Amino acid sequence: MKQVIFSVFILMTIIPSFWVALSSNIVHAAFSLLVTFFGIAGLYVLLGADFIGVVQVIIYIGGILVLIIFGVMMTQRGRVLALSVQLPGKIFGAVLSAVILAALCFAAVKTLWPLGSSDRELVPTSAALGDLLLGKYLIPFEAASLLLLVALVGALLIVRKSVEGEK
Amino acid sequence: MPYTLTSFLLVSSLLFCLGIFTVLTRRNAIGILMGIELVLNAAGLNFVAFSRFGSEFQSGNPLNGQVFTLFVIAIAAAEVAVALAIVLSLYSRLKTIDVAEFKDLQR
Repeated sequence: MKQVIFSVFILMTIIPSFWVALSSNIVHAAFSLLVTFFGIAGLYVLLGADFIGVVQVIIYIGGILVLIIFGVMMTQRGRVLALSVQLPGKIFGAVLSAVILAALCFAAVKTLWPLGSSDRELVPTSAALGDLLLGKYLIPFEAASLLLLVALVGALLIVRKSVEGEK
Repeated sequence: MPYTLTSFLLVSSLLFCLGIFTVLTRRNAIGILMGIELVLNAAGLNFVAFSRFGSEFQSGNPLNGQVFTLFVIAIAAAEVAVALAIVLSLYSRLKTIDVAEFKDLQR
């Protein structure tokens, strides 16, 4: 049963991401990205990371993907084009990413990873994650919140400048 | 596929390479952003897979990997906000999001 669910989530992750890379319609690519993010959230849950799975759904699907779809909708007029490079560039990209894929797969299969006990029992992670974020990782946590604030203000500033420049 | 570390690593390598391919071949600025999101997701999946299967003697607390994934997600949110602001600003100026047209980024 677990095997079946695992395979379903893997297919849910892999197949739409091919569509993201190859689709000639950018709206289709954006909605396939939605399915990919759901698949990855499922894989997180299968890995015992319940909190990360929920955060993936809330932030990636509820935040980032909505922003991307807004961006797609606001920058299209008339025909919806994906705008890919011409054939030589495409072959170059395909060869380069195939080489990287081969190297990564070789490393993933051949390396002897220091495995732990994989039948470790799964416990809810949110309380322990909160302890870590406000304990050992307090400084990175505050830096990340500062980064989010700066990104927010910076994004507003960039857009406002361009709107004022139009007047 | 068996439920092992290697299959998670293979899935995330494939996601990573599809993201790289998307970044390299799209000329649509938002399409490039989607490729970057695929790459970041592959990295996060790797972190969580190692936090599940890795040895607890080497990593200390097995939840360390999940904390890194949280930071990756936060940084992805910041990155996509700024990138979309830049794309919309360029669009209002040049009326296109084709990155081949962005040769001259000066005022």
